Amino acid sequence: MIQLRNIQFGYGSRLIFDDLNLKIENGERIGLLGSNGCGKTTLCHIIMGLLPPKSGDVEILGKKRTKEYDFSEIRGRIGFLFQDSDDQLFCPTVIEDVAFGPLNMGQSPEEAKRTVARTLASLKLSGFEDRITYKLSGGEKRLVSLATVLAMNPEFLILDEPTSGLDEKTTERLIETLKESGLGYMIISHDRDFIKRTVTKLIQMKDGRIQAAEWNSLEM
Amino acid sequence: MEMEEFASGKSWVHKLDPRVKIVITMVFSVVVALNNHLEMTAISIILPAFLLVCARLDFGKVMLRLAIVNGFTLFLWLFLPFTTPGETIYAIGPFTIQREGVYQALLITLKSNSIILMALALLGTSQIFTLVHAMSHLWVPDKLVHLFFFCFRYIHVIQDEYHRLNNAMKMRGFKPKTNIRTYRAYSYLVGMLLIRSFNRSKRILQAMRCRGFKGKFYILHHYEMKRYDYAVGGSSLAFSILLMVAK
Repeated sequence: MIQLRNIQFGYGSRLIFDDLNLKIENGERIGLLGSNGCGKTTLCHIIMGLLPPKSGDVEILGKKRTKEYDFSEIRGRIGFLFQDSDDQLFCPTVIEDVAFGPLNMGQSPEEAKRTVARTLASLKLSGFEDRITYKLSGGEKRLVSLATVLAMNPEFLILDEPTSGLDEKTTERLIETLKESGLGYMIISHDRDFIKRTVTKLIQMKDGRIQAAEWNSLEM
Repeated sequence: MEMEEFASGKSWVHKLDPRVKIVITMVFSVVVALNNHLEMTAISIILPAFLLVCARLDFGKVMLRLAIVNGFTLFLWLFLPFTTPGETIYAIGPFTIQREGVYQALLITLKSNSIILMALALLGTSQIFTLVHAMSHLWVPDKLVHLFFFCFRYIHVIQDEYHRLNNAMKMRGFKPKTNIRTYRAYSYLVGMLLIRSFNRSKRILQAMRCRGFKGKFYILHHYEMKRYDYAVGGSSLAFSILLMVAK
């Protein structure tokens, strides 16, 4: 599904990845661990084509991706949830924000409205259509952000710190949604309990490389 | 400041098609601004006043908004009557009040109040984003519409960020004084806000690209003109034209 080979990347002269390799199979549910600032978010941005690596191959859905054009093909199929929901939600109302992706994918307004209704219902957010996005609570913002990603009907999800700032109840809803989604995903999180309950495979980033992580590394 | 305090309401003024609202406000403003007859300008206030009453806006709050505008016209009253050449009607010591100046000041005051009342009655009774949509339906250039749209969407976020930074400063015992240290602290704050806004705009674009954005915005809702939209729009335009012709 996603394969990175010999990725080299750095900001300015500071090298973050020297020789990074990562392979994700279809349907895998992976937790990505790593200390602050080790490059977890950078890695996601490389996968999504938001940052170009200095060298190395990015292969997604069976094809090597190098240019913006290659990546725009996969953007709907790999859903990416940003750390800060305010970055993700930019439309005035929930319905427009959730419809943004489907409309970009070429759905007609009528189809997009149906997609929105279906997605919101699946997240138990029916009735949120006309709410103003910036007036939502933190938890609601996160769930609506997830809806904007799910509305594009992705095959795989990448979630960057999905539980930061969420209360237990919303976290619980997020766990349920993810488990029931039937999708593969990779989650970056420092929330040990959340990781333990949502993923089946653990990896960690250390010194700019990906390695397997032990489950007992979650215990403190 | 609460920017949309008049926007929630259920009157027929609130429900007017936003495109009609924008067109009426534009035409009315131009007509009133170009009108140089005191009587006509005074009469023009009838239309916004009527709409305001129908919209059932809080009278006190409307007056408060007008007070802000008239803070500016106050300056005109301080200078124009004394400086415009014309027939002297009153003299205080070395200062003389001219009829022409009073006329001009009164005209400008009436004009600005009339236009502001109209904007409050029509534009103020819509959510800003409804207006943004209406603008794109009225063939306003996309770039302008997007600029307006993102400004409003993120002004709240930037305002929050400002409050957070400001509070963080206060929590550490910062008290603004008139000294170089205070100025430096505030310049750091403004600089930090700029950098954060810039970074945020980059992240927003990234998030949009992740959802398939390729430079074009699609509109989900389309407006439909109803019979009363035509009626109100038509009669308001007729009133504006009447103001222009009847001199």
